[in-house]
This record gives sequence, C-alpha cells and structure tokens, in this order.
Amino acid sequence: MTIDLQQDFFALFGLPRRFEVDELALESAYHDLHARVHPDRHAHLPDADKRRAMQWATQVNEAFRTLRKPLSRALYLLELGGVDAGLETNTAMSPEFLMEQMEWREAVEEAREAADVEELEKLHQRLRSAGKDLYGKLQQSFDADRDLSTAAETARRLMFMEKLQHEIDNALEALED
Amino acid sequence: MALLQIAEPGMGTEPHKHRLAAGIDLGTTNSLVATVRNGISVCLPDDTGATMLPSVVRYLGDGSIQVGKQALLAHASDPRNTILSVKRFMGRGFKDVAHVETMPYDFVDTEGMVRLRTVQGVKSPVAVSAEILKVLATRAEASLGGPLTGVVITVPAYFDDAQRQATKDAAQIAGLNVLRLLNEPTAAAVAYGLDNASEGLYAVYDLGGGTFDLSILKLSRGIFEVLATNGDSALGGDDFDHRLFCWILDKAHISPPSSQDARRLLIKAREAKELLTACEEARIHVPLASDEEVDLTITRKEFAEITEHLVRKTIAPMRKVLRDAGLSAEDIKGVVMVGGATRMPHIQRAVAEFFGQEPLTNLDPDKVVALGAAIQADVLAGNRRNEDDWLLLDVIPLSLGLETMGGLVEKVIQRNATLPIARAQEFTTFKDGQTAMAFHVVQGERELVRDCRSLARFELRGIPPMAAGAARIRVTFQVDADGLLSVTAREMSSGVEAHVSVKPSYGLSDDEIATMLHDGMEHAAEDKNARALQEQVFEAERLLEATTQALVADGELLSPEERKLIDEVMSRLLELKAGSDHHAIRKGIDALARATDDFAARRMDKSVRAALAGRKLNEIEA
Ligand SMILES: Nc1ncnc2c1ncn2[C@@H]1O[C@H](COP(=O)(O)OP(=O)(O)OP(=O)(O)O)[C@@H](O)[C@H]1O
Ligand SMILES: [Mg+2]
Repeated sequence: MTIDLQQDFFALFGLPRRFEVDELALESAYHDLHARVHPDRHAHLPDADKRRAMQWATQVNEAFRTLRKPLSRALYLLELGGVDAGLETNTAMSPEFLMEQMEWREAVEEAREAADVEELEKLHQRLRSAGKDLYGKLQQSFDADRDLSTAAETARRLMFMEKLQHEIDNALEALED
Repeated sequence: MALLQIAEPGMGTEPHKHRLAAGIDLGTTNSLVATVRNGISVCLPDDTGATMLPSVVRYLGDGSIQVGKQALLAHASDPRNTILSVKRFMGRGFKDVAHVETMPYDFVDTEGMVRLRTVQGVKSPVAVSAEILKVLATRAEASLGGPLTGVVITVPAYFDDAQRQATKDAAQIAGLNVLRLLNEPTAAAVAYGLDNASEGLYAVYDLGGGTFDLSILKLSRGIFEVLATNGDSALGGDDFDHRLFCWILDKAHISPPSSQDARRLLIKAREAKELLTACEEARIHVPLASDEEVDLTITRKEFAEITEHLVRKTIAPMRKVLRDAGLSAEDIKGVVMVGGATRMPHIQRAVAEFFGQEPLTNLDPDKVVALGAAIQADVLAGNRRNEDDWLLLDVIPLSLGLETMGGLVEKVIQRNATLPIARAQEFTTFKDGQTAMAFHVVQGERELVRDCRSLARFELRGIPPMAAGAARIRVTFQVDADGLLSVTAREMSSGVEAHVSVKPSYGLSDDEIATMLHDGMEHAAEDKNARALQEQVFEAERLLEATTQALVADGELLSPEERKLIDEVMSRLLELKAGSDHHAIRKGIDALARATDDFAARRMDKSVRAALAGRKLNEIEA
C-alpha cells in the first residue's frame, strides 16, 4: 500500500480542495514534506533511495508550484473538475474583455517602442493590481458558487494579464542589457 | 542476528558511524578544502600552513605535474604549460573564451570544449581541474586520516549544465564521490546563516576571480530557500586585472606584448588592483623582456573610473534577481559579500547604494564558501541526526528548452524553478512512416536558439512507422538537485521505448572520460585491476552500510521472508567483497540494489506519512 505519487496536490499537502488556501499551512506542509523527501536527506543511502527521493521531491515541488500561485491553482482546480480552460480552442470571450485586451496590448507596445522604462513599470503594476482583483472573483466562483465555467473565463483573463506582464518583463530586461 | 552476521571490522554496526567528508571550493583563482571537526567547520592548511591553493596547474617536460604555489611561480617563465583560471574554460568552446588574444596558451580549436596543448599533450579543462581536486582531496585525507566517503564541490550558481557537468566529470576523474554540487552563494549563506542564526530575506553578492553570482535567499526555521539567482559566469576580478592591463598597454604605448611580458604585466596589474583596496594610489613598475620599462602610477579614483562598466555589469543582475523574486531592495534584510573581488571599495559602495544598506563583511570572503560546503558535506554524508538538520532548497539558474521550427526555443523548464524538477513535452512526427527524430537541447533566456547555449543534440530512433502526426513522443527533462539535466524520450502510443543517444555540445563523452580515467592510471594491467577492485569494494561497503542502517531504522516494514531475502543478498555481497573479482562484486552490488528497491519505496512512504501525521498533530496543538 504505497502512497500514490500522482495523488491530487491538495491531498498531498493535507489541504482542502478549494481556491482559497491558507498560505502559511501550504508553506509549512511543503517544508515538512521536503524535510522527509528531499534528496539531501538521502544522499548517504543506496541509489534506490536516492532515486525515490528525487521522484518524490520533484512531485512535491510540482505540487507547491501549482498551488502557490492563484492562476496555476485555478487552472489545476479546473483540470480536476474536468473543465478544459480551453486556452486557444474556447474563444467565447466577452467583447468587453477583448476590447480591454487590445487596449492593454497597445499601451505595452507603445511603451516598448518608446523604450519607456518608467511607463512599462507602471503598466506592470497596473496589470498586477487588475489581476489581484480577479482573485476575489475566482474565489467566489470556485468556493461559493461552484460555477466552473465562470471560473474558467476569469482564469483566461488572468492568464492573458500574466502573459502580458511576462512580456513587459522581457521588454524591461532587453532594455537593461 | 542478521546484523551480527554482517558486522566486520571497518564496517561497523553502530548506525551513526562518522564518515569522512569534505567541502571543496574549486575557485577560478584559489581553491580550498574544509571539513567539520568536533562540530566546527575548518579550512584545512597545507604543510606550510596556507589554506588557499592557487588554482594553477603546470605540466612539466619530465611528465610531472605541479599544482598551486609552485606552479604559480613558474607562470611567467613557462606560460604555455602553466594553466591559470582554468575554471573559465570549463564546458566552454574556443569561441566563448574572452580575451583569448592575450592568453599565452596554445589553444586547440576543436569542436566542443576548448583544449590546451601542453608538453604533456592536449589537455581538457576537466583534466586540469581534476589535478587541483586531487591535491585538495589528498590534503583532506592526510588530515582526516582516511579515505573520503564523499565531497561537496561548489560551483557558481549561474553555471549552466555544461559547466556543472564538466565539474562533476573532473571529480570523477580525480576519483571522488560527489555528494552534491552546491551553489557558491548558497554555501556562503549556510555558513553565514548558521553562524548568525539569521532569519529573513538575504542577498548574497559573490564576485570572485572569474565569476559573479547573486542569490536571494529566504532563511526560516532551518530552511534555506533560494528564491532567485542571477549572475554572469564570465565576470570577476580577472576582468578588472585585464582592464588595468589594457590601460597600462595604452599608457605605455606597448602593442602587442610578448606572452612573457603579457603575463608579467597581468601580475603587476593584479597587484596594483589589490593595493588600491588599501591605498589611494599604486605604482606599476615593470622591466620588460624587450629591455623597455613600464613605470606608471594609478589612483584609486582613476581605477574606479576605468572599471566603472564592470561594476555596472553587476547592477543589472541585481535588478533582475529582485524582479524574479518578486521583491524590492528594501525587502532585503542583509547583504552577504563573498569573494576576494568584493574587497574593492567601489564594489562595496555600489552594492551599499543599490540595497540602501552597508553590506555584511564580518566573515572571511575567501573562506566562507568552503566552510559552508563542508557543513553541507557533513550533513549529506549522514553524520548528523536528522532532527537538528536544516534543508537547502535551491533553484535552476537558467531556463532549459528545445529547438523548434525556425531556430526558436520552446522553453521546457523556467529559470528559478526549485530543484529537483521534471517537465514533459509531447511532440509528433510530421512525415508518414517517420522513424527517427532529432532534438536540440539549449539553455538560456533568449528566444532564438543561436542566442542560447547549446547543451546537447540527441536522436530518437526506432519509432514504429505511423501516419504523420500519429506518433506521440514524450520528451521528459529531469533536473536533479545538482542542477544537472537528464533527458528521456518515449513513444507513447505504441509504448515503444526508443533509443536515445546524446551528444553533448561542450562536454566530454563517456568514452573520453573512460580514456582519461584509464590514462590517469598509467599502470600495468594488474594495477588497473587492483584499482577497479578497490573501487568496487568501497562501493560495496557503502551500500552494505547504508542498507544496514535502513534495516535498523525501518526493518519492521519487511515481512520475515522479505527480510530473509535481503539478508541473503547482503551476505552474498559480503562474501564477494572478500574475493578479488571486481566484476562479481559489481553484480552483487546490483543484486542488492534490486533487492532493496521496494523496501526503499516503502521507507519513503512511511516517512511521508509521518510528515503528514506530524503536521496534523501540530495543528491540533496550535
Ligand atoms: N584586497 C583585494 N582587493 C581587490 N581584489 C582582491 C583583493 N584580494 C583578492 N582580490 C581579488 O579577488 C579575486 C579572487 O577572489 P576569490 O579567491 O574569491 O576567487 P575564486 O573563488 O578563486 O573565483 P570564483 O569564485 O570566481 O571561481 C582575484 O581577482 C583577486 O585579485
Ligand atoms: Mg569563489
């Protein structure tokens, strides 16, 4: 009766399966597990133990990485709920959101072309706080309404914003070099 | 009873037998070895009392090899055969090496890792580094009074896969068992953090002779967690020397100096640089071989001006690392300075200005990395009780990806992901009946393959013929706790495991390593056998001891029959070990590994369950 390496990440950390997580509990579970499974704990043991340790530690890292950030946590909950967040395939986005997307994109493009570091950083901040506003919506959809299709749409919006933030990071990095 | 049966001199039944372990700081300029004695980490001196071994190797015409101070003395008179700063060549191609034109070596411009032609033939940087490691290991063994069970070797956090692999290969050639490759700033943080019982967010700024690293760590309740790392694996004190050297050439109107003069001037440049740390100005007075004479004076201010761009090169990584960690400079509680080059006043000023606080300099920047490595080696060798252990969680410094159509990179693993990590990606065939596929693994942050570092190419063969797009080839990247990548590929729809052959772009092949091991022995056939035998016996002892410990701790997880089987395989290995057939011992080792595989799985489960149960208990108490 071995523990299933593939078991759901919430169960792995002994947490309830919901969007809102107790960050401190998550982190302390992550540390406790690593204190047992990390390869450094098994470096003096036979190769078989070391191999196991690496597999387990890899899984613990994957689980933590997935649950720690709101977006990846949301996508994971959707996956567990059998909903395909439908990145490219599902294009049924609201017109307002498409408008908003275009505006953000233009603003970033403009700042990038003007090599305006300050403006890029400002946009980054704005995107971040706009993203944070969506966390509340996700919590409502997942934990209260149990409405996965609304959650999926919110997750898609969040995904777009994070992608744009990432592009800003890249642009800033390119300007620094 | 089974335990008594396997107890014999040299093996010990006591579960906490002390194993000899050491930490090695394999530096660009200086290398050190340290060990934990009576709970305290100390750097080990040579017989003259010096702890720092200059990382210099000289190959002599009579077949002998000098390492360290002696070699350094000859570096102006025998520049071609005296290799300095070899770390800069590890896992690097000829075209990657900066300032080749002023280096006095006879480079062999081959494909893959750069090689140097010496009186003793062509040497790879790996072989040169192995010579340094051998000297340090011998020093440690003499001091500890026995063979080392294992070592921790430090590498710059920003080292890529090829550079890490080259370091590990060097250890293998030196006959060392590597417990872990540890990132230099992380090692420094361990030494510093444990010493000062620190908690909170810390930055480690490590500017050595040839490399620059910057890591942000979170220290909390015995956990050292690296949040992000950045740097430049080709930036260090050497570059400040080189800049000053160019300044001298320019001021003294010397164009191109002979290789002996170049060496001489470089030495003077370094001396002047170091002098400027303590004095306002330095005189550079060098008689040249050409009977000319250089006599110049440089002030601290002038030196700061001509090296300003180098200091700035360390600022951009500081911004990046904070952004990656999601922090700003004010969040950092302390900045630990590591590496000899951080003694320069204008470096200290720049760092203080960036973080808005004076950096911490209350530890020896030369030794702190080796001291941290020794502490970690002691833990990894199993010399401490688990309960009072701490844990290091480190990250991969650079993203890993695969080449896709049009020379673009598809990232598979993102930089700063916590190790170990695995990621899989699926690919398909684009032609009917296609039975082979080529992959190109790269590392770096840029979008184009040509701007990233090529790690390896491999081919997948034996894909069953199918219609285009029907095959599902899953490529898995696994990066272990050393930051080393291994790649596996499998065709999923047919379940056929295809054969993968990897050709490292800047590494040594297994064959080359085997040849180097072989050459290194330079002995008659029976000596080689003796060495192989000794290695297998050593390995058998390690495995037997580890298994004994596991049985003591968790023997109850086995049924009496299972236990009997393992005991039998152990006894068999004990018998083999007393014989002289190293092939037979190898087989016995493999048999024991197989016999305990399932036991290992159960032990891990038990441990994980305990972690979960322990936490629930704590939560109830709280
Ligand atoms: N007082 C000093 N002032 C300025 N620079 C110094 C001083 N002392 C040492 N250095 C420089 O520090 C560098 C060596 O530092 P260190 O020994 O930490 O490097 P290393 O560990 O060998 O290299 P790396 O960590 O990059 O592999 C040399 O460039 C040396 O000139
Ligand atoms: Mg160093």
